[in-house]
Amino acid sequence: MNIDKKLYTLKYSPDTDSHLIPDIEKCKTCKSKNCTYICPAQVYEWNEEKQELIVNYENCLECGACRVACEKKAINWRYPKGTKGVTFKQG
Amino acid sequence: MLKKENQTDVIVVGAGPAGIACAITLARAGKEVVLIERGLFAGSKNVFGGAIYTQPTKEIFPNFETEAPIERRTVEHNFAILGEEDSTTITYRKDDNTSYSVIRGKFDRWAADEARKAGVYLVEETVVRELIKENNKIIGIKTELEDFYANIVVLADGVNSLLAKQIGLRKDFSTHDLALSVKEVIKLNKETINQRFRLKDDEGAIIEIFGGPMLGMLGLGFMYTNKDSITIGLGITINELVEKGLRPFDLLERLKQHPTIAPLIQGGELKEYSAHMIPEGGYKKIPQLTDNGVLVVGDAAMLVNNLHWEGTNLALISGKLAAETIINAINIGDYSKEKLSEYEKKLQKSFVLKDMKTYKDLFSVIETRKKAFLSYYLCKINAFFEMFTSVNSIPKRQNYWNFIKSIFTDRKISELFKDIGAIIKLIWSILI
Repeated sequence: MNIDKKLYTLKYSPDTDSHLIPDIEKCKTCKSKNCTYICPAQVYEWNEEKQELIVNYENCLECGACRVACEKKAINWRYPKGTKGVTFKQG
Repeated sequence: MLKKENQTDVIVVGAGPAGIACAITLARAGKEVVLIERGLFAGSKNVFGGAIYTQPTKEIFPNFETEAPIERRTVEHNFAILGEEDSTTITYRKDDNTSYSVIRGKFDRWAADEARKAGVYLVEETVVRELIKENNKIIGIKTELEDFYANIVVLADGVNSLLAKQIGLRKDFSTHDLALSVKEVIKLNKETINQRFRLKDDEGAIIEIFGGPMLGMLGLGFMYTNKDSITIGLGITINELVEKGLRPFDLLERLKQHPTIAPLIQGGELKEYSAHMIPEGGYKKIPQLTDNGVLVVGDAAMLVNNLHWEGTNLALISGKLAAETIINAINIGDYSKEKLSEYEKKLQKSFVLKDMKTYKDLFSVIETRKKAFLSYYLCKINAFFEMFTSVNSIPKRQNYWNFIKSIFTDRKISELFKDIGAIIKLIWSILI
């Protein structure tokens, strides 16, 4: 089962702006790009052509793994606003 | 409700088991408590494997077995050792009320409601962004909308505890300190679950899973039965994922496809996917637990006993012990670090820090012999049973000797001695 189908089972209330803010200059020098595979919601994608990190923050499960795994400590990570983000009903 | 505008005795940040236990204990003693939860409702941001433990839960909620929304009463613990294709399972079965499977979105919500009934002022949908410090003491919190002030602030803000980090109670995490867990709740009807897991009525089973897609890695899988769903998931240290470049949900998919697991979930429909981090740092990574006007409880304090799958119980009891300390502090009007450090002494005297201390070397020792303990021997157990059950006209004595010989020839003999050394070191550290 692919990740989109999994995420489809969740209730989200997305914010209008991202609660995950990577420091793109640091991302450009990052070799491992751990965030692009460690994230359980595949929030991060690296665009090689544009040399930028795409952040699908609406899919975030708010686990915090990207922040810990980032070797450049480049992700400014905070919780979404109180009424926003993911809601688990079956946690 | 509040004495002065936005001023109260205690603010508890986070309505998980630790925060709720702390808040309700304070309210029952007549203290004014504000419990702040960032989710739509308590439990809506919380994820765990699947079971709460009866004895510690009763210390906070004496009647939870009849009043709380529980799923199933655990009667069976299975320990499954998965090879690539095969598996060996040990089962312990006894109907002794040790634990119940619950769904946090229901259970935590109920528990927070109990707290509210006891007099706790529950504020949901509110994120605490910062702690307010004045004259070297925490005096309140900043939310998006307004500031709240209290004599004491309790940090029950979970594994990420950005607040403990903000005020310097803990350092940045390393990738070894935390595991990432992904899980799926899969819908199946009650009869099918009962049949597949050999259960009747509200009986439940737990399967702890070693190996499989996590062979050789510091990671474990788990399955729990709920009323009309099955929980399956795994937790693996961030370090393993980073080193090997693995996607957590790929590992879970592989676990679901293992020949031992697949028939149990076959035909089920995915109800919800979720992810959460688990503290793994152990005793050595416990943050500073108190400072002037502030205490840290539960996951935020790294209080998880991984070997025994315990977390919510340590959370509940740490919350309760924090509350008992706070009640004393309020009664004499002393909110200093010295006074609040009674909390740490209480934890030291209780099973909480005693157990954390018992296993303080567990992960570091296993880490050094990972390949051996988390892959080689697991496969060897399966290989033994493969040999024992095989009927192939080879004389049994020859089979036995081949198996024994393989233990000395599979790997360098020095590996075997290192393993024995590590086992002795581990047993010594646990027992002495």
